This record gives sequence, structure tokens and C-alpha cells, in this order.
Amino acid sequence: MNVAVAKTDRVEAADETPFALARSRLPGSGAVADLRREAYDAFQRIGLPHRRIEDWKYTDLRALMREVLPLAAAPDAEALARAAAALKLHAIDGVRRLVLVDGVLAPSLSEFGDLEPKLSLRSLRDILAGGDAALQKELFGLDSNNPMIALNSAMMTDGVVIAVADGAKLTQPLHVVHIASGGAPAAVFTRSMLKLGNDSSATLVESYIAGEGAAAYQVHDSLVIAIGDRARLDHVRLVEDGREAFNITSSAIDVGSHAHFNTFGMATGALVSRYQAVINVAGEHSRVETNGVNLLNGKQHADTTLVMNHDVPHCASREVFRAVVDDRGHSVFQGRINVRQPAQHTDAKMMTRALLLSDDAEADNKPELEIFADDVTCGHGATTGALDESLLFYLRARGLPEKDAQSLLIQAFVGEAIESIADDSLRDLAIGAAARWLEARA
Amino acid sequence: MTALLEVKNLQVSVAEREILHGLTLTVNAGEVHAIMGPNGSGKSTLSHVIAGKPGYEVTGGEILFKGEDLLAMAPDVRAAKGVFLAFQYPVEIPGVATMTFLRTALNAQRKARGEAEFSTPDFLKKVREVAGSLGIPQEMLRRGVNVGFSGGEKKRNEVLQMALFQPSLCILDEMDSGLDIDALRIAADGVNALRSPDRAMVVITHYQRLLDYIVPDVVHVMSKGKVVKSGGKELALELEATGYAQYEDKAA
Ligand SMILES: Nc1ncnc2c1ncn2[C@@H]1O[C@H](COP(=O)(O)OP(=O)(O)O)[C@@H](O)[C@H]1O
Ligand SMILES: [Mg+2]
Repeated sequence: MNVAVAKTDRVEAADETPFALARSRLPGSGAVADLRREAYDAFQRIGLPHRRIEDWKYTDLRALMREVLPLAAAPDAEALARAAAALKLHAIDGVRRLVLVDGVLAPSLSEFGDLEPKLSLRSLRDILAGGDAALQKELFGLDSNNPMIALNSAMMTDGVVIAVADGAKLTQPLHVVHIASGGAPAAVFTRSMLKLGNDSSATLVESYIAGEGAAAYQVHDSLVIAIGDRARLDHVRLVEDGREAFNITSSAIDVGSHAHFNTFGMATGALVSRYQAVINVAGEHSRVETNGVNLLNGKQHADTTLVMNHDVPHCASREVFRAVVDDRGHSVFQGRINVRQPAQHTDAKMMTRALLLSDDAEADNKPELEIFADDVTCGHGATTGALDESLLFYLRARGLPEKDAQSLLIQAFVGEAIESIADDSLRDLAIGAAARWLEARA
Repeated sequence: MTALLEVKNLQVSVAEREILHGLTLTVNAGEVHAIMGPNGSGKSTLSHVIAGKPGYEVTGGEILFKGEDLLAMAPDVRAAKGVFLAFQYPVEIPGVATMTFLRTALNAQRKARGEAEFSTPDFLKKVREVAGSLGIPQEMLRRGVNVGFSGGEKKRNEVLQMALFQPSLCILDEMDSGLDIDALRIAADGVNALRSPDRAMVVITHYQRLLDYIVPDVVHVMSKGKVVKSGGKELALELEATGYAQYEDKAA
């Protein structure tokens, strides 16, 4: 083998990677640039994950995504106008809206002014380009053994960095909206952070939507959350990306003591989506509720992969997951609960149910419990089934056409998970997203 | 005048086994018919086939509703045209609030008929009124359809729907099963309030008792998948005295 030639090949290929092509546009230099380089190397060691990697068995990105698209251009006036139009359909009242268009914070569509006391909002771009080395390092703290996190670390361009000081109870939910404006297919890389001080509370809503004409774009997003002692976070994320889009999002959540984390996620959009979250229940007497819904049809594929780490005693976690799959859709739920030896009196439960609406629909469920403490209550359960024919007939005998009867039963099926959303208007937002999926199916 | 319901020589099989062997029945608007017969004679099968439940194969005969071919219509179309079956065993639908279900169903029927949907205040007023007369508490309407309802409450919920939808043909399958006398009286009063010259009722029952409360114009005796005898309301009393044994012999 000719070493010189091989070397030349590699250098040429390296010049054309999305990372090399985007490098001059990625915020941050010096230490930040080094961290990016390291992260990209970590990504390249594995590349896009494939089915032979255990954790990605059901979501083979090498087959589904094939390649990482180049970094999207910063939005121009036209892109912002398309984004504004898309936003209209998903706007909710009474929230503070923070909008990212094609991966770039859009101040003109956002509300950064008149902040409640003890709330701070900054852009990831400013922080990476600025001089707070400690915060920068923290922002790079996600586990780069996961290739998609590593890729995101290397390429992240913007996001919202939110800090809520001790004792602050935010009255207004924060609504982070990711909009793909509908330009040429490209990839966006974003990372947001939320730090909740002790005794504080906040509500974070994330929506992923697309403007007119958005096609096979890629969203690579990540979220770092730290919840202080006695703090409460309510979190809702709704993936309503375009039907050809990809959405790969990773999150890491640290929960303090006597804290409460309630999170709800729903995928009705995107061709391929994966939400991978690691929740570290690190303080005693805390409670975590995670609820998820996938509504899939056509060739949609959605994967929710959760790791719940119980490291300390006296905590409870609940995972409720519902999948409704039609046509050739594919839903994946992987839930791992790790109860470490000190975590006595942990109460951790996981329940997943799938509703298959067609013969070709698939729902994979992989629960994993690893328990090293002996005095715990842990369990999981799973069911898979079709719509109940006798219920369908009852509804039809009362005048509901077939699709309407199905819709009512599907809404009831996912309702249990949606009910977990405490705030009325946010629950309505989720119900609305489910209704849009059902209408599109009719 | 066209009959409201004409069942002509109906033959029905389930899983390759014939259950109705050429059943004929004519019901005119304004009439109340009772169908009596021993368990297993095919009464529920007849009601299910009229309502359009899947799983039954009609191998012969026809059913006309206001002169139209009922068997060609989807179940929801039949409902919108005025066919209503009060089920022997109403199902429970967790997660669908009774109120939501009632509004969705009523508006689906109205939409199918080209009528305007009910406004929410009008609808609520109407439901409260009917529910009140049937002794159905508001709290029950917020619960999932039939979830946690007693047998009597389930049957009252069927009558509530009948009163809301105002169908022209009401088929009541064993409405009395599982009801004590008080519950039966309330449900029967609800049914009697709906008797009208443009509406017909087919009351299916195993026991004569129900017919003390809902007095029929015509009584049919069904046995082994056929109507074997028809007569006036005195036929029900006669059956009470003699039992079904003679009819079982006749059809055999
Ligand atoms: N789904 C079914 N599968 C098989 N047999 C059935 C089914 N439904 C009814 N049958 C049979 O048909 C006959 C009539 O039943 P049914 O109509 O329920 O009678 P009734 O209501 O008069 O008691 C019975 O012998 C019953 O076992
Ligand atoms: Mg019966």
C-alpha cells in the first residue's frame, strides 16, 4: 500500500467534511476551537451510528440519514419572512418566545426585552465567541462518546442560554421555537442550556417546525439542563418538523434534591427523529415524570431513548410512553433505568403502550433495568395492540365515520400521556399538534 | 305507505354457521314491536345486522329502511339516517369523556345529513335537560363513556343518546337485563317519552316484565333464527304463562 497516496486521500476528504467546510463560520476560537476539533475527531471515530452499535440497533442513521448535510446559511430577509409565517401557526399566548431560524437566533422574531427579574437570556453564539472559559467548558460537557452529541458539540452555532436565579418563580413559560425556513436542504446545529437555581421554577417549551417548502433538512440539537434544589421544571417538546426532515436531539438533565422535573415529548413530524435524554437524579427526595407520545405514519421513524440514573436514595421516576403507528411507520422506545447501590428506596416505573394501525407498522420497545440497590420498587410494562373493534363499532353505530372513530380512540390512547402536562394552554398546544397529525391522516 | 323497516327472508351466518334462517319482519312508523325468544334464538344477531356490525355474513334476503337498501350502508350512514341500536352490553371507552362523545356523535350525524352543527351552548342545554329527566348526574357526563357506570347507568346512557339523536328506528336489545325495578322504570319512562307517530321501536327482551312498562303494539316470538309467531300484546302474557318450550319445538 502506498502510504503517501492514502494520506493525500484522507486530507482531501477531510477538507470536504461538513466540519471543515463550516469551520470559518463556527463561533469561538482558541480553546473553543480546540474543543470543537476534539469533538469532531470523536464523531469521526464512529461516524454516523449504525445498527451494529447496540444503542442504535433500531435507528440506523447510516442507512436512514446517509450523510451529514452542510451547515445551513444564516437566514436572510426572505428566510425570516417565511419563518415568521410558519410561526403564526404555532404561536401561543402568554409565553416568552425565543426563535431560532435555520439554527440562528432571530431577535426580530423573539422577545428578549423586559425580562422578569432573576432571568437571564444569552445567545450560545455570544458565549462561545466571548471570554467565559468556565461556561464554555460546561457547554462542551456533554458525553462525546455518543457520536451524535460529538457532532453537535463540534458544529454548534447558536442556541439560548437561560439562567434562572435562586428563588425565582417564572410566571411566563419560555417557548423556544426552532424553525427551518425552507431554503436549500442543509443542517443546523444548536445547543441550549437552562440553569434553574435553588427554589426556582420555570416552564420550557420547545417546538420544531418548518416553513413552506422545507424539505430534507437536518436538525441537530442538544439541551443541557441543571435543576437546583427544591426547584421545579416543566418541559414540553413538540417535534413538528417537515415530513422529509431529520431531527436528532440529545439532552442531559441534572436534578437536584427535593426537585421536580416533569417532561413531555411528542413527535408528530419529521421523517426520522431521535430524542436521546440522560436524566441524572442526583439529589435526594426528587421526582421525575417523563411522558412521551409518537404519532407516526407514512415512513416516519421516531426513536425515544431515555436513560434514568438514580444515584441517591428516596427518589421517584415515572416514564409513560405511547406510540401510535400507521402505514410503514416505526416507533422506537428504549428506556434504561440505572439504580446505583446508594439509591435505596428508589421508586422507578416505566410503562409503554403501542397501538399499531396497519400490518406494516412497527413498534420496538426495549426496557432495561439495572438495579444495584436492594430496597427499591422498580418495574416496567409494555403492551402492543390494535384498535378495539368493539369500541370502533360502538362509535360508528353512533354516527362517527371510520376515520373519526379511529381519531377519537387514538386521542384517548395518547390522552393519558398528554394529561401529564400541568399547564392548560400547553396541554392544548400538544392536543393541537396531535389533532393536526390526525387531520392530515384523514 | 313505505314501511320504516322491512326485513325480508334474512339469512345470516357467523363463522360459516347460519344463525338467522330466513327472518321476516315489517315495522311501520309509530309502532312499538316486541321481539321475544329464548336465549340463543338470534335476537342480538338481528339487531347487530340491522346496525351494521362487522363479522356477520348476510347470505340471503334484504333489509329495507324507508325503502332504501340498509345493508349497502356503512354503520355511521345508517346512524345518520336514523337507525339506533341500544346495546345489550354497552362498551366502556376510557379516555373519551361522555360529553365529548355525545357532541362528536351528534355533530357527525348532523353533518352527514347536511345540517348545521349544534352550537356548544345549545348542545349543553339540550344534554342537561335530557340527562336531568333520566336522573343522570352531570358528573357522569364528565367521565369516560360508560367507565365506572353501573349496569343501570349504562342503559340510561343509551336512552340519553336515543333522546339526543332522535332516531326514527330504535332497537333496544335486552334493555332490562341487569336492571332493578326502579332503574327499569326510569329507563322505560325515557323510552316512552320518545314514542311518536314518526318513530318506531323494536324492543328485544327475554322477559315479559319490560313490556309492562313499554307496552308493545305487536309481539313477535323468535326461535332458532326465525319469527315463529306474531300477535298483539296478549301474546307476551301468554308466553309468560307457557314459557318458550312449545316454540323451540316448532322451529326444530
Ligand atoms: N360472534 C359469534 N360467533 C359465533 N357464534 C355466534 C356469534 N354471535 C352469536 N352466535 C351464536 O348465534 C346464536 C344466536 O345468538 P344471539 O343472536 O346472541 O341470540 P340471542 O340474542 O337471542 O340470545 C347463538 O347460538 C350464538 O352462540
Ligand atoms: Mg342477546
